[in-house]
Amino acid sequence: MTTTAPQTPAIFPAWFAARQHEAWERYLATPAPKRGDETWRFSNLKQLDFAGFVRGADVSPTQAADLISRSSGLENTVAKFVFVNDELAHSESKLPKGVICLPLAEALVSHSDLVAAHFMQQETRLGSAKFAALHEASVSNGLFIHIGDNVEIEGTIEVHHWISGSNVLIFPHTLVVTGKNSKVRVIDIFRSADDISPGVAIAFNDLSAGPNSQLDYVAIQAFNEVTRVIQINETSTARDSSAKGFVLNTGASWARNESLSRLEGAGSRSDMLSVSVPAREQEYDQRTFQHHVSEGAYSDLLYKNSLYDNSKTIFSGLIFVDRNAHHTDAYQTCRNLLMSDTCEANSMPGLEINADQVKCSHGSTSSQIHDEEIFYLRARGIDPVSARQLIARGFSVQVVERLGDDATEELILQFIDDKFAHIDTTDP
Amino acid sequence: MSLHIQDLHATLEDGTEILKGVTLDIPQGEVHAIMGPNGSGKSTLSKVIAGNEGYVVTAGTVTLDGAEIFGMSTDERSRAGIFLAFQYPSEVPGVSNANFIRAALQARLPKGVDIDAVAYYKNLYAKMDLLEMDRKFTARAVNEGFSGGEKKRNEILQMMMLEPKYCILDETDSGLDIDALKIVAKGVNAMRSPERGMLLITHYQRLLDYIKPDHVHVMAEGRIVRSGGPELAHELEKYGYDFLKEAAFA
Repeated sequence: MTTTAPQTPAIFPAWFAARQHEAWERYLATPAPKRGDETWRFSNLKQLDFAGFVRGADVSPTQAADLISRSSGLENTVAKFVFVNDELAHSESKLPKGVICLPLAEALVSHSDLVAAHFMQQETRLGSAKFAALHEASVSNGLFIHIGDNVEIEGTIEVHHWISGSNVLIFPHTLVVTGKNSKVRVIDIFRSADDISPGVAIAFNDLSAGPNSQLDYVAIQAFNEVTRVIQINETSTARDSSAKGFVLNTGASWARNESLSRLEGAGSRSDMLSVSVPAREQEYDQRTFQHHVSEGAYSDLLYKNSLYDNSKTIFSGLIFVDRNAHHTDAYQTCRNLLMSDTCEANSMPGLEINADQVKCSHGSTSSQIHDEEIFYLRARGIDPVSARQLIARGFSVQVVERLGDDATEELILQFIDDKFAHIDTTDP
Repeated sequence: MSLHIQDLHATLEDGTEILKGVTLDIPQGEVHAIMGPNGSGKSTLSKVIAGNEGYVVTAGTVTLDGAEIFGMSTDERSRAGIFLAFQYPSEVPGVSNANFIRAALQARLPKGVDIDAVAYYKNLYAKMDLLEMDRKFTARAVNEGFSGGEKKRNEILQMMMLEPKYCILDETDSGLDIDALKIVAKGVNAMRSPERGMLLITHYQRLLDYIKPDHVHVMAEGRIVRSGGPELAHELEKYGYDFLKEAAFA
C-alpha cells in the first residue's frame, strides 16, 4: 500500500487532487523515523512497518448492517455517522440550520472552498510528518463539520469508524470548524469488526475553534489488540475560544497519539486530556505540544495511564511559549498508575519559555496503589481485586470528569469498564 | 455472642512488639471504651483486629461470635461483621462516596444479586440527614478534600450503612469540634443495639460524655492495665495516666 500513489477520485476538486499528489511526493521524500530521533525516543519503530496492509475492500450489506447495529454510543445524538473501512455506511442528523456536517467525500464536492480553507493547515511536527503526508495523500472520506457563527449545538455528533476485514488500512479524518460564538461536541469511536483481524488506522483530526466558540472533541480508541494506530490531533484556538480534546486508549496493540494545540488567540483555552488503560503487551506512545502563540492564553494538559501486565507507555510533552506570548498560563501533568511490577511508563515532560510573566508548570509521576488505600477499601468488605479496580477506575474518572458532560462521561466510562472486565486483575 | 480478644500479642514487621497480651471481651449489646496514652497500642489493637498486614500476630486469638478471625482476610472480616472507623481515613480519588458505599454493600450480596438503587439512596439520605451531611457528599470523591470532621462523619455514615455486628472506632473524636462531636455521637448512639458490640478507642474522656460506655479499659504499654465502669474515665481525666500507671504497677 505504501508503494503506489493513491488515485484521487475524479469527482474531487482539482486543488484536492493536487494536494494529494504533492502529499504523496512528500511522503516518499520524508525519511522514515529512525533510532535517535528525539520525537521517537523510547518508541518501538518496528511498529511502523505497515507492509501488507491495504485499503479496505467493500463490505457486504449484511456486514455493514451488522456494524451499524453495533455502533452503539450515546443514547441521544444530534447526528450519527458510521464509516466502515472509510466508506459511509449510515448517517442520520437532526442538526439545525447553520451547520454543515457532511462526509468529507461529499463536502469536497459541495463545499470545496470551505474545506480547502481548513483542510490540514498545520504542519505535523511531533514526529509523524511522513504518516501525515501518507494520510493526506490517501484520505478519501471522513467527516467535515462546520458550525456557523452563533450556532450552539446542544448534544453530540457521534462518529463511528470500523475496520472490517483482515490487513485493512484506514485513514479516518475528522475536520471540525467552529464559527464565532458557536458550540459543538464531537465524538469519534474507533473499533474493529472482530477481535482477530489485524488492521492499521492512520487517523487525523483537525479542530479549529473560532472566536469565543466552544469545541469539545473526544476520541475513543477501542480497536482490537492486533491493530495499530497513529492518531494525529491538531487543534487551534482563536480569541476567547475553548477547545477540549480527550483521547481514550483501551484498544490496539500499539497506538501513537500526537496532539498539538496552537493557542492563537488571546483569552483562548485548550484542555488536552487523555486516559489510557494498557494491559498485556499493549504500547501507547503519546506526544504532545502546547504551543502558545498568542499572549494571555491558557492550556492545561492532564494525561493519566493505568498500566497493567507488561504494557508500556511513553509520554513526551512540551509547553512552548513564543516570544510575545506574555501572560501565558500553561500546565502539563502526566500521571502513571503502575498496576503490575512488569509494566513500563516513560515520561518526558518539557518546557520552553520565551516570554515574560508566564505561569507554567509541568510534572509527571508514577506510583503504585498504596497498601493503606487497599486496606481501607478491604476494611469495608471490598475484595482486593475489586478494590484495586475501583481505585484505578477512580484514577481515570478524575480526567473524564473534566469533560463536564454526564452522558459523554458515562460513555467513556463504559469503554473503560469494558477494558477492566478484560484484564486479568489477579496479578498483585 | 461477643468479640473476644484473648492474650493477643502483635509486632511490627521489624519485630517491635506493640501488643503484649491483650485480653478483652466485648459482648453484643455493650459499649466498651479503651483509653490510654499515646503509643500504648490502642490503634494497633484496632488495626490488628481489622487485619492490617503491617502487623504480625505472634500469639493469641480473636474470635467473632466464637469463630476465629485470624484465618480471614481483611475484607472477609468486614463482611463477617467487623467495622473499623479509621483514625485517618484514606482518600479514594475519583470514586464517589455513594458508589463507594454501594460497592461495600454490593460486596455483601451473593453474585448476581444487585442492590436496589432506590431503596439504597433512600437509606443513604436518611443516614446522611441524621449525621447532618449535605447531599453533595454523595457525589464527592471519598474523603477527598474533606475536613477532619467531615471525614469522621463519613466513617460513621459508612458504619451506619454497613450495619456491622461489632464496631471499632479508632479515635473518632480526634480533630472534632464540639458540634461535630455531638453529631458523630448521635450517629454512634443511634447504632447502639442489643445485637451490636462497640469498642471506642479514645485519648480523651470528652467523647464519653456523649457516648456512655458500659465499661472502660485503660491500656498502657501494650496491655489492658485496668478495667472498670464509666467512672474510670473520670478518674483518668482527673488524675492523668501517670497516676494510673503507678496504681497499676505499684
